[in-house]
Amino acid sequence: MNTKIADQDLGASLAEQVGVAAAERRPLAITAGNSKAFMGHPVDADTLDISGHSGVISYQPDELVVTVRAGTTVAELQQLLIEHNQHLPFDPPHYDGRATIGGTIGCNASGPSRPYLGAARDFVLGVTLINGLGQTCRFGGEVMKNVAGYDVSRLMAGAMGTLGVLLDISLKVLPKPGFEQTRILKMPDAASALQWLGQQSGALPLTAACYTNQALYLRLSGSKAGVSQAAQYSGGESSASDSFWEQLREQQLGFFNDPRPLWRLSVAAMTGTDTDIPGDILYDWGGAQRWFLSDASAADIRTWAGRHGGHASCLRNRPTDVSVHQSLAPGLQTLHRSLQQSFDPHHILNPGRLYPESEHKQP
Amino acid sequence: MSENSLTGSTIQAPAQLLAALRQLLPADAIVDQPEDLYPYECDGLSAYRALPMLVLLPDSVDQIKQIMRLCHQHQVPVIARGAGTGLSGGALPSPDAILLSLARLNSILAIDPLNRTARVQPGVRNLAISEAVSQYGLYYAPDPSSQIACTIGGNVAENSGGVHCLKYGLTVHNIQQLTLITAAGEELTIGGRGLDAPGYDLLALLTGSEGMLGIIVDITVKLLPKPEDIRVLLASFDSITACGASVSQIIAAGIIPAGLEMMDQLAIEAAEAFVHAGYPADAAALLLCELDGTTSELDQQVEQLHQLLMQAGATEVRIAKNSQERELFWKGRKAAFPAVGRLSPDYYCMDGTIPRHQLPAVLQGISDLSREYDLAVANVFHAGDGNLHPLILYDANNPGELERTEEMGGRILELCIEAGGTITGEHGVGIEKINQMCVQFNEHELTQFHAIKSAFDPHGLLNPGKAVPTLHRCAEFGAMHVHHGHTPHPELERF
Ligand SMILES: Cc1cc2nc3c(=O)[nH]c(=O)nc-3n(C[C@H](O)[C@H](O)[C@H](O)COP(=O)(O)OP(=O)(O)OC[C@H]3O[C@@H](n4cnc5c(N)ncnc54)[C@H](O)[C@@H]3O)c2cc1C
Repeated sequence: MNTKIADQDLGASLAEQVGVAAAERRPLAITAGNSKAFMGHPVDADTLDISGHSGVISYQPDELVVTVRAGTTVAELQQLLIEHNQHLPFDPPHYDGRATIGGTIGCNASGPSRPYLGAARDFVLGVTLINGLGQTCRFGGEVMKNVAGYDVSRLMAGAMGTLGVLLDISLKVLPKPGFEQTRILKMPDAASALQWLGQQSGALPLTAACYTNQALYLRLSGSKAGVSQAAQYSGGESSASDSFWEQLREQQLGFFNDPRPLWRLSVAAMTGTDTDIPGDILYDWGGAQRWFLSDASAADIRTWAGRHGGHASCLRNRPTDVSVHQSLAPGLQTLHRSLQQSFDPHHILNPGRLYPESEHKQP
Repeated sequence: MSENSLTGSTIQAPAQLLAALRQLLPADAIVDQPEDLYPYECDGLSAYRALPMLVLLPDSVDQIKQIMRLCHQHQVPVIARGAGTGLSGGALPSPDAILLSLARLNSILAIDPLNRTARVQPGVRNLAISEAVSQYGLYYAPDPSSQIACTIGGNVAENSGGVHCLKYGLTVHNIQQLTLITAAGEELTIGGRGLDAPGYDLLALLTGSEGMLGIIVDITVKLLPKPEDIRVLLASFDSITACGASVSQIIAAGIIPAGLEMMDQLAIEAAEAFVHAGYPADAAALLLCELDGTTSELDQQVEQLHQLLMQAGATEVRIAKNSQERELFWKGRKAAFPAVGRLSPDYYCMDGTIPRHQLPAVLQGISDLSREYDLAVANVFHAGDGNLHPLILYDANNPGELERTEEMGGRILELCIEAGGTITGEHGVGIEKINQMCVQFNEHELTQFHAIKSAFDPHGLLNPGKAVPTLHRCAEFGAMHVHHGHTPHPELERF
């Protein structure tokens, strides 16, 4: 019953392509499944197609480590892991089966379990990457603990390919919990839901918590005994199906079907719910990730997020004059530029994908 | 290589710099008399010693900013120091550098029980955080054995681990925000109050950066709710291989213990003699396994684990009956280093990490080296993570013994690399493992590390000479070594 993922190593050819592009100072748009185009800005450049570089290089379930090529799809990998009763605990979106592991790490894409089990970056143990000079380098490794050299592997998570082309990635995997149950607790408003979570959630084996439509959805995970004890404690109704979490992860809930710009607010979980900015909010990650449908100005939304120590990204139906990610403070912006240069001196890897080129120019 | 000579003299601080520092800081925050400098001459790796130019003991972020600006202006290097418990010489002073102690920044600034975070200054001791938040039913998970003494700033700089890291992660998984003062004295906020921040994951990059990229002056840590219930099992084995194999079997059974630690016979004997934990004195190896969760869940898991350990060949499995016994079981493990320290005038602690299935082969290799070098080794492991701490016993007063110990240590690390592992799991490279970095990384990779360093610290003023070797150093060291089957730096001349 072993899932076989066709193994194809394009590492040498990809490195050569990057090397040639570097010599010609010709930018590259790194693409695999193209499922997460909306998470950054479009890159106007020749495509470097990673999708063919796929397969599982090694997987030893009792080591809790899998090493895969970047073009492997999340769906294929999860299928393989499930056969061994394991999973990627950060539960990344599959986006119709198109999402790849490279893109997932590149965007640090994590699902509803993120606050409880960790983000994509938390499970990265090592990477092989091609830097902007076409050199293939390996950082980190296949062991749980490794502090030799700077943590370049985790730095790749969320860098959107602007620091290197991810070739191979080693990830920590974990046993899949034996039992899961979704509870639905009616709550009059978000403030009550957050307050309940702040006070009660510590006692629960939670792996997801979301508030929408006057209901707090909880996912409890663990042993059968543990989950049923927790269900008694939490109260509410047991949900007939678990598809809620998948629909949330894939942004397929009715909430997401809306013409207004979709904002992602990342703030401290217990940040207050009263804002005078008009729009509709869905609270994921126990309050730490809020999906906000709003026509309000980017400045208002970003000021609000910033005031709460967080940030806001505009991910769908984005007005053309709004950049996807919140700008960095000037000192950080300079540091980002220097760091980016240290990996990609000719500035050819996904230029403008993370921040528009106008924000990248040397001051 | 032995740079362990005791440097008794230091280089004078530039007069202008000194004058400016005296204006900035109270007299008791500047240590410059040789006799007062001695307490700072080394960290936990005491084989390496040197006196700093000066020790500064600021008590505010503002002072640190000014100090960094002044040092930047005068191009004087700065070495950060927390509690000095580091085991790789990361905080080793240098005669031409200022040693910046963070010890006086030791306040817990805020506790946010609902968001489960605490904002602390870098000089706060690791254990003090858990103590302060205990009243809210919370704790800070990473728990190095040195937790009574080591600082959270040092923990961030080393990405420290502890016995609970198998389940709850390392420092990097348990912090949320940092304030960094750069080499030029600029203040940067890294991370945020949410679970992620825009731009690059500098929080990850800075964690484990060994004081090379900036001075960490403010840290927001994540806290966890204390588990409802905890159980500890102690299993004895008459073979270390069987004990090692049982670790993989536990993981394969889908159990992730909160802690999973292994000790070999010499370590058991030493710990028993030191703290009388009631360890089985005749066992070849023991495994300590902590489970946490809800009571109903644990009842079932303990039963499952008990059976599994017996099937794996344990000669005896004890289950702690109450919290006192639980603490007693742990006491021996937590005191293992000082306990081994009592067996011998000196010991040298290694820190390689390997894939778990390589444990029997690597242990055999270590025992062969122990015979070859005629130096006893006690083994203590974070077994769940495959992180080994072989402790080599030696006597620095015997001429040549330290050098032999270092050479043997180097070979243990190379054994770890060959087994698919790494030279350091949690103690850092510092000055100690700098040569082995040449074995683990190739020229492009090392060049990339230097480029990252330059992005933060273009003049190389922070902790110079540590953590990442120069290519030149590797060329000299590499004359005897091969990397991934290739001689490193073939383009460089060899002597
Ligand atoms: C008995 C014993 C047991 C130990 N057990 C463990 C263990 O279980 N797990 C583990 O991981 N380690 C362990 N250690 C190692 C050590 O305690 C850790 O590395 C610890 O994090 C060091 O903290 P410190 O405050 O002593 O830092 P120091 O030793 O003072 O400094 C360590 C490094 O961090 C830098 N640094 C310190 N503070 C800052 C700052 N604020 N900003 C920037 N850089 C800074 C220094 O320059 C240096 O490079 C043990 C050590 C001993 C002696």
